[in-house]
Amino acid sequence: MRLKLVPETTKLNFFRFQKVTFGLSAIAVVASIVLFAVVGLNYGIDFRGGSVIMTETPGPVATQEYRDLLGELEVGDATVSELRDPAAELTGAAQYSALIRIEQQDDEDAIQNDTVQMVVNALQERFEGLTILSTESVGAKVSGELVQDGILGVSLAVVAVLFYIWLRFEWQFALGAVAALVHDVILTIGVFSLIGLEFNLSIIAAILTIVGYSLNDTVVVFDRVRENLRRYKKMTLKDLLNLSLNETLSRTVMTSLTTLIALSALYVLGGEVIRGFTFAMIWGVVVGTYSSVFVASPILLRLDVKRDWSKEGDGPTEGPRKGNSKYAHIDA
Amino acid sequence: MLGYPLWKKIGVVIVCLAALLFSAPNLFYAQVEASNDAVAAGQEGDWPDYLPSDLVNLGLDLRGGAHLLVEVQVEDVYQDRMDGIWPEALRVLREQRDAVGTVRQVDTERGELLLRIGEPSGQQTAIEALRELAQPITTLTGIGSTDIEVSAEGTDLIRIRLSDAEKSATDDRTVAQSVEIVRRRIDESGTREPTIQRQGDDRILIQVPGVGSSQEVLDLIGTTAKLGFHHVVSATTDENARAGAGNLLLPSVDEPGSYYIVERRAIVSGDQLVDAQSTFDQNNNAAVSFRFNAQGARIFGDHTAENVGNLFAIVLDDEVVSAPRIQSYIPGGSGIITGRFTTQETANLSILLRAGALPAELVVLEQRTIGPELGADSIEAGRLATMVAFVAVLVFMGLSYGLFGLFANVALILNVAMIFAILSVVGATLTLPGIAGIVLTVGMAVDANVLIFERIREELKSGKGPARAIQLGYDKAFTAILDANITTFIAAVILFVIGSGPVRGFSVTLGVGIVTSVFAALLITRLLIVTWFDLRRPKTIEV
Repeated sequence: MRLKLVPETTKLNFFRFQKVTFGLSAIAVVASIVLFAVVGLNYGIDFRGGSVIMTETPGPVATQEYRDLLGELEVGDATVSELRDPAAELTGAAQYSALIRIEQQDDEDAIQNDTVQMVVNALQERFEGLTILSTESVGAKVSGELVQDGILGVSLAVVAVLFYIWLRFEWQFALGAVAALVHDVILTIGVFSLIGLEFNLSIIAAILTIVGYSLNDTVVVFDRVRENLRRYKKMTLKDLLNLSLNETLSRTVMTSLTTLIALSALYVLGGEVIRGFTFAMIWGVVVGTYSSVFVASPILLRLDVKRDWSKEGDGPTEGPRKGNSKYAHIDA
Repeated sequence: MLGYPLWKKIGVVIVCLAALLFSAPNLFYAQVEASNDAVAAGQEGDWPDYLPSDLVNLGLDLRGGAHLLVEVQVEDVYQDRMDGIWPEALRVLREQRDAVGTVRQVDTERGELLLRIGEPSGQQTAIEALRELAQPITTLTGIGSTDIEVSAEGTDLIRIRLSDAEKSATDDRTVAQSVEIVRRRIDESGTREPTIQRQGDDRILIQVPGVGSSQEVLDLIGTTAKLGFHHVVSATTDENARAGAGNLLLPSVDEPGSYYIVERRAIVSGDQLVDAQSTFDQNNNAAVSFRFNAQGARIFGDHTAENVGNLFAIVLDDEVVSAPRIQSYIPGGSGIITGRFTTQETANLSILLRAGALPAELVVLEQRTIGPELGADSIEAGRLATMVAFVAVLVFMGLSYGLFGLFANVALILNVAMIFAILSVVGATLTLPGIAGIVLTVGMAVDANVLIFERIREELKSGKGPARAIQLGYDKAFTAILDANITTFIAAVILFVIGSGPVRGFSVTLGVGIVTSVFAALLITRLLIVTWFDLRRPKTIEV
């Protein structure tokens, strides 16, 4: 008895609701950009500078008392939040912990080490049994560079991949894949703006992984498209894309599911420190799977593709190409 | 019959056995670590030495410790150079006294020297004379240029500054020297396995595992410990007193409110020290004894001989520790520094003096300290999450593909063993995001197998025989596997290049995981399937 998530043969028409799915994606992308522009990201200290102190206490966190203490110390802008870890009992992690975030006072290159030490000492003096789990401080110089490196990294990844796919396939494939990729990255930034989850260095790592994953998915579909293009020379591009998507559907679902299973375990049990990171990755797998089917393929359909793969290098053959582009125009 | 040559089989089996062998020490982490420590200390370890003993390095976020990124204020050194040039310049210009007239120093930017001469007509003569002082630069990039630049300003001013080539050469030396001194200081304090690395042009990355507070590290490395013996011009109680060009106004440590005006240029400085020890003076107060090298001893002796009755100041990090009067000629070049020290302070001070002064100030740009509790929590959480993810994926694959799923599962287990073996042998660092990378690999590693299995299913469906279907499944899935993994690998490489710390750890496990999972799917699973097929010769197969 096999567990079959996807029936043996499927004949779904992925382009039936093309306008709806494509429209939804377009709206989501625009909404993400608007959210990013209006609400903005909740940058962590990696990108904004400042300090974070993570504490653990034997009993519940007295957030108000923490705030009062910070007020007395006059450390400027500071926030206190309690960390709740539902899986703490399972993993034996800190059950009562809090995050204290102190903003960088000015655009100093150097970190405000004295302030952090003062707060740490005061906390330990005031609250019995309080442990400092971690302290982190980033000065303005480094945070500025990290922003630059992050943007550079993501752009570089997109360009590198664009180039690779162009090399291995055709420029239309590259554009389709990169459109899907940019879609995923923008939607990730959008969801982080929407729910206000902290955006830090590890989220950049997650985004780059999403870039890799989203491509992985798209490339598998494209690989099948390339193969079918060679095999079914007369099939319309739309039918051919549909066929390829159906043929790879079972694999797409399987891989996404195993990855999601693994990531969910990490999300629930992996502890507070990487929860944001895992969240970004789960989100990325979901939108990445969606986009390889509903963004990359429609764009490929729209752009039309060179058909005659078998005679590569023989020069363009006029006849079939004309015919195919005609089909494509009808489809579009 | 399925085209899997014997040599390939043997090769794959050897790789798998090696992976198991080299990843095994990580299962007994505490024991192997203790044993390795014992061996490093020259004792007998209880881990058998015929077994591999390389472990995955745990990153600071898992082990706990302090991470500091500091910037060396390289410009500090330019001023020292100018202080050194001043007496030379004075000597040269005195030889041209007739043309140049009197020479005085004028206040200017730090790191430059501005001179006013008495006879404006002699400006050109003075510049030419001063240019004689310039030394050619011997570094590769600075060929053809000299270390200092002399230029005219106004009618009677002359500016001396370091040339750009000399500045970059100086910066390089300053940072290299700072790295060395930071390393010596941390080593002297007896910390385990610190990492001290130069980063970029003027930065130093310092990672010290096992310290609970970065303050401990900062106390040790943040102090410049610049010791100098300076000639005292005068003593004052006015904190706004004008020191005059070439002099400094420094506060006294012992007597708050009292200040000394001292010559900026030290008679002898800390780099001439050969030894420093904490000790006690005749009144049983904590003190630091020191000894100069031969050159320092001679200069100090000469100075004391010429200045009997005058004060000299012992200056530590721009504060006057004490200012004794020179009673008589002091030969031998040794002495003690007294002040209101505690024994702890003298112990620290002697470490710092022995290790040498930092040539320039360090500014802390980034600090991250992870307590050991949080590290242990993260390891525990990571381990549990990996286990659960692992088991869930194994069960899922078994349910979906039956026997072939089990083959894939064996490959997955070997895959994780290979990741740990590679990380251990190359000494890579495992961080918390790195664990996430492994979990992600566990999820994605089955992808290649899924691609192949789905392909085999399709071929079976189209009426191919089992052997042919398996063969075609592998052949046809190959390009998809290759392209899909190379694109992910590109992302991992970029992450490695731009990332630092934990993020870099993630990119390493992700990259290694991609390579091992392709190996596992294309070679290990295939070996299992082929061997099974050759033994059983099934008429039909179900994937």
